[in-house]
Amino acid sequence: MPVEVRVPTILRSFTAGEKSVAASGDSLQAVIADLDQSYPGIAERLVDESGLRRFVNVYLNDEDVRFLEGLRTPIADNDAITILPAVAGG
Amino acid sequence: MVRFDSLLASVGRTPLVGLPTLSPSPDVRLWAKLEDRNPTGSVKDRAALAMVEQAERDGLLTPGATLLEPTSGNTGISLAMVAKQRGYRLVCVMPENTSVERAQLLRMWGATIIPSPAAGGSNEAVRVAKQVAAEHPDWVMLYQYGNAANAQAHFDTTGPELLEDLPSITHFVAGLGTTGTLMGVGRYFREAKPSVEIVAAEPRYGELVYGLRNLDEGFVPELYDASLLTTRFSVGPGDAVRRMRELLEQEGIFAGVSTGAILHAAMGVATKAVRAGREADIAFIVCDGGWKYLSTGAYEGSIDDAEEALDGQLWA
Repeated sequence: MPVEVRVPTILRSFTAGEKSVAASGDSLQAVIADLDQSYPGIAERLVDESGLRRFVNVYLNDEDVRFLEGLRTPIADNDAITILPAVAGG
Repeated sequence: MVRFDSLLASVGRTPLVGLPTLSPSPDVRLWAKLEDRNPTGSVKDRAALAMVEQAERDGLLTPGATLLEPTSGNTGISLAMVAKQRGYRLVCVMPENTSVERAQLLRMWGATIIPSPAAGGSNEAVRVAKQVAAEHPDWVMLYQYGNAANAQAHFDTTGPELLEDLPSITHFVAGLGTTGTLMGVGRYFREAKPSVEIVAAEPRYGELVYGLRNLDEGFVPELYDASLLTTRFSVGPGDAVRRMRELLEQEGIFAGVSTGAILHAAMGVATKAVRAGREADIAFIVCDGGWKYLSTGAYEGSIDDAEEALDGQLWA
């Protein structure tokens, strides 16, 4: 079953400008692999050999996946995944 | 004792008030720490005072020195007040997309503002400030994102105040910006009461703010230590405005938009506790009052109108 993945402006060059795309997979890793099938090259921007890249934040239903199970976080139907670059606050 | 020798001596020791209406059950209670009761009306007075005092102890500040700081507003306003009391000048680098009240307050306390581009938000302010610092080596950049005294202020004051007022505390929820509040309070509870869960609410802005040229321009504050957090939520402007209005309508607390985001995360924690049948005392930070955000339209019209008005603004 597909889930919705919201893509930040900076990665929309991969998705033909789409803000939100569908992907499927039972874990975040599988969803990213599926995304890369549809939009080749996007996975490399999100992950490196150590996991999620330092300035990439991924939220599953608004919760930061680094505090869930990272790339192994299980994904269920109707989940929403949001990808955002890390930015400063304050 | 509520008598103080000076305004600066009155920073901190803010009230913790219960939320009898918004708390979901008698066993799951929400508590608001009213940081808007600080001298300039925000939680940042604690960090600003601590950073200036530490710089003085380190011998970095001589009379008449110029401070430089990248800020989206509240830290700058706090620093401006402290600097004025202590006889320093302040130059703030502030993104263009912050509320007009913030710039007015900064100027009122005597600060000079260097605007930074709206696109890229605070990242750009940090970048511009580092440039300006290189051009003015005699200016002192306290740099809230990496200054240990920022987190230390909360380790020394906010954390102990919470435990003293609420020994049964189970959760602490605050906003994630510089990360100073969460790091300091988190470190305090790791020592004093490790069972307390530390929950971060991170504002999710409009797309303009994430308008980086590439992902390598992303920013994680040097103070940030993920191991101190239990979890971290991203909260958009719609949820933040809705909760901010609920806090006003149901509990009478007039808070800024970022507090709405924090309350949203706190309510999520509360709902989970109710479902799990757990008792919980959830304390959260009211960062500031709503005064500085009146011009944004956050308090009028529908939630959708407010959300639209905040799009592209640095509302937290």
